Amino acid sequence: MGVVIVGAGQAGFQAAASLRTGGYEESITLIGDEPHLPYQRPPLSKGFLLNKQTIENTSLRPEAFYATQRIECILDDRATQIDRASREVLLASGSRVPYEQLILATGSRVRTLTIPNVHYLRNREDAVEIKDQLEQAETVAVIGGGFIGLELASAASSLGKSVTVFEIQPRLMPRCVSPIVSDFYRALHTTHGVKLVLGAPPAIQEADLIVAGIGILPNIELARDAGLPIGNGIVVDQYLRTADERIFAIGDCTDHPNPFAGARTRLESVQNAVDQAKCAAANILGKNVAYNVVPWFWTDQYDVMLQMAGLSGAADREVLRGDPASKKFSVFYFANDHLIAVDSINRPADHMAARKLLAANSRLTPDQAADESFDLKSLLVS
Amino acid sequence: MPLFGKKETARVTYISHAGVPSPVTVPLGDSVMEGAIKNGVDGIVAECGGACMCGTCHVYVEEEFLPRLKPIQDDENELLDTTACPRRSNSRLGCQIPVTKELDGLVVRTPETQQ
Repeated sequence: MGVVIVGAGQAGFQAAASLRTGGYEESITLIGDEPHLPYQRPPLSKGFLLNKQTIENTSLRPEAFYATQRIECILDDRATQIDRASREVLLASGSRVPYEQLILATGSRVRTLTIPNVHYLRNREDAVEIKDQLEQAETVAVIGGGFIGLELASAASSLGKSVTVFEIQPRLMPRCVSPIVSDFYRALHTTHGVKLVLGAPPAIQEADLIVAGIGILPNIELARDAGLPIGNGIVVDQYLRTADERIFAIGDCTDHPNPFAGARTRLESVQNAVDQAKCAAANILGKNVAYNVVPWFWTDQYDVMLQMAGLSGAADREVLRGDPASKKFSVFYFANDHLIAVDSINRPADHMAARKLLAANSRLTPDQAADESFDLKSLLVS
Repeated sequence: MPLFGKKETARVTYISHAGVPSPVTVPLGDSVMEGAIKNGVDGIVAECGGACMCGTCHVYVEEEFLPRLKPIQDDENELLDTTACPRRSNSRLGCQIPVTKELDGLVVRTPETQQ
């Protein structure tokens, strides 16, 4: 029987690996609808497009790993139904896979537009196709000024293409960063020759390649059809259990209580996929661990790395550390004088310190944050 | 894996904090971090997958190989100050060391903890 994991992305892979690391002895079955063993998605919009990384090199582990770890991979097949009464997952191929515990790591899919001839980036095939098209293209239109859109714009412009980015909001990455950071990125892309059309719906005249990065939707259908509660994703408790105690959900698809959001939320990130996988694995191993990890994200564009720690949505005050003109600075976000998030640009040490400060719920004051001579790590008792 | 022929490799040995050596062969071009992860060598976490942003692939490089490594860049330098175990003069991040022919026989030691 053992554990069955639906979804062979970053979360599903990590759950399988962590179960084995944690000493789980029963069978582990990983079901994925793509024809590939689990791979990393972040490089698809970054290093892969820039020829810094091959598609094969995005694999999380070589094939031998799954054999030695006794992780059975069912690939290129799709889970179509969960039979909770008989505790089986039904596959498109007709097989039925019985489970003792089930982990839903179904991930997400791209939001699409109704206009034709638009490319989207989610999986390996998408990335290979976009890279092929980029070789021929001279002009590229990117719809969406979020992380994926801007990473694509950065790659295309670095490859010498003429790039225009359309963002319906008046600033870049509006959902995730403060206006200071948005402004920095507007200048960065403009300096690299990217044309930005902000605050207006896309009006694409002519482009050899059109790519849209306008967000993702959680894959909740399998859970919903099995009668499990759905909110802004598959609803789980702090132990990442759904309403069915044998069924867990992890990664992009979960609507979960998050202490760093102070509310239920859904996070789309490698960090959340990996840490929720570890948490669910621990709970299957009887550890009773509540999910409580500082959220973090990153994006690479040109020679600039933006790292985000915490969730800045509720901020009422922003404090700058360092000078944006130097291309090295951080923005510290406070709510009621309490640190809730930090965005760091080319300051990885700030980012690592921020994650520790947030995890320790430490009392950094806005004045200390702004004072570059103040050592952030001094607040951390080691 | 390439379709034809055998990819060139180099030998890398990871010595755990407890002193247990894990010798593996790593395809040229893969990083020291990837060599550990892909061969199931413990002691390297690499939570960011090699983006040089987390400092959890910290290794101590055997002195004789240090001159053959490419120099430390700013971001790596900054992260080396944040690692869980103390930085030493031979500290590097495994994701920033591409394995080359010149590094055949490389020996690195993994720290007691990465997080």
